[in-house]
Amino acid sequence: MSSFDPVSALLGGALIGLASALLMMATGRIAGISGILGGCLAPAAGDKLWRFAFIAGLILAPFASGFLGHPLPTPRMPESWAITVIAGLLVGFGSRLGGGCTSGHGVCGIARLSARSIAATAIFMGTAIVVVAIMRHGIGG
Amino acid sequence: MAALASFVCGLIFGLGLVISGMTQPQKVLGFLDIFGRWDPTLALVMAAALIVSGAGFALARQQKQPMLTAQHLWPTRTDVDRSLVAGSVLFGIGWGLAGLCPGPALVNIAGLWPSVIVFVLAMTAGMILKDLWDRRVPSAIVVGEVSLSTSTDG
Repeated sequence: MSSFDPVSALLGGALIGLASALLMMATGRIAGISGILGGCLAPAAGDKLWRFAFIAGLILAPFASGFLGHPLPTPRMPESWAITVIAGLLVGFGSRLGGGCTSGHGVCGIARLSARSIAATAIFMGTAIVVVAIMRHGIGG
Repeated sequence: MAALASFVCGLIFGLGLVISGMTQPQKVLGFLDIFGRWDPTLALVMAAALIVSGAGFALARQQKQPMLTAQHLWPTRTDVDRSLVAGSVLFGIGWGLAGLCPGPALVNIAGLWPSVIVFVLAMTAGMILKDLWDRRVPSAIVVGEVSLSTSTDG
């Protein structure tokens, strides 16, 4: 089930790219999930409707994928609740402080050849690789 | 209309995350685990996403304006500042600990797994904490007046 499937990876990736392109062409917005969700939460920000609409689409996507023969697999979450909470806090705070996450920097930003996004992606990917190495192999820990 | 288009884009984006396998933390962590049994899935997902979004953005640059709104809100910043670096390090730690980033976390809500709900609540709290923290830093208050969505990258 979680074996390597290049066709699904490429097809799914193309859909992610398509959604990002369409959002810009239709609404002029960047498909950065942390920015879209963060804008929903910020009390000051104005244009909220498109943000909530995008998030609703994300949350309802597994029903569409199930219909197309791709049911949502059970995610393997951290065994410790403390790690789940700490990871969630860091992902939320860090993505907002850094101006984006895997979608805003990693896809849309690199596609724009933004130096900020290329730097951000290199930093968060490098950091995550070190964290996984420490957690799984105890390297450098 | 713009909201409907945005909903459809969210749906397609989420569909891509499910089909590509990126809603599964074990696959993301498998990619990040370069010292273990490396799973190249995420690299292929990103490559395909970059090719399609890059082509789409090139088309968008040719548009006078988006189909449904007045203007393209391209991110305008180009400086690699301390916030970008610090935020990306913190995000990277969280991503490496759980294997979940904001998109896949939201898509996984549909499964109603308690651990996912807790993660999303913590992630949301982290975002709200960032907003509260901004308002305690005097220099950020000036920026807050013109909080265009172009001030962030994504």
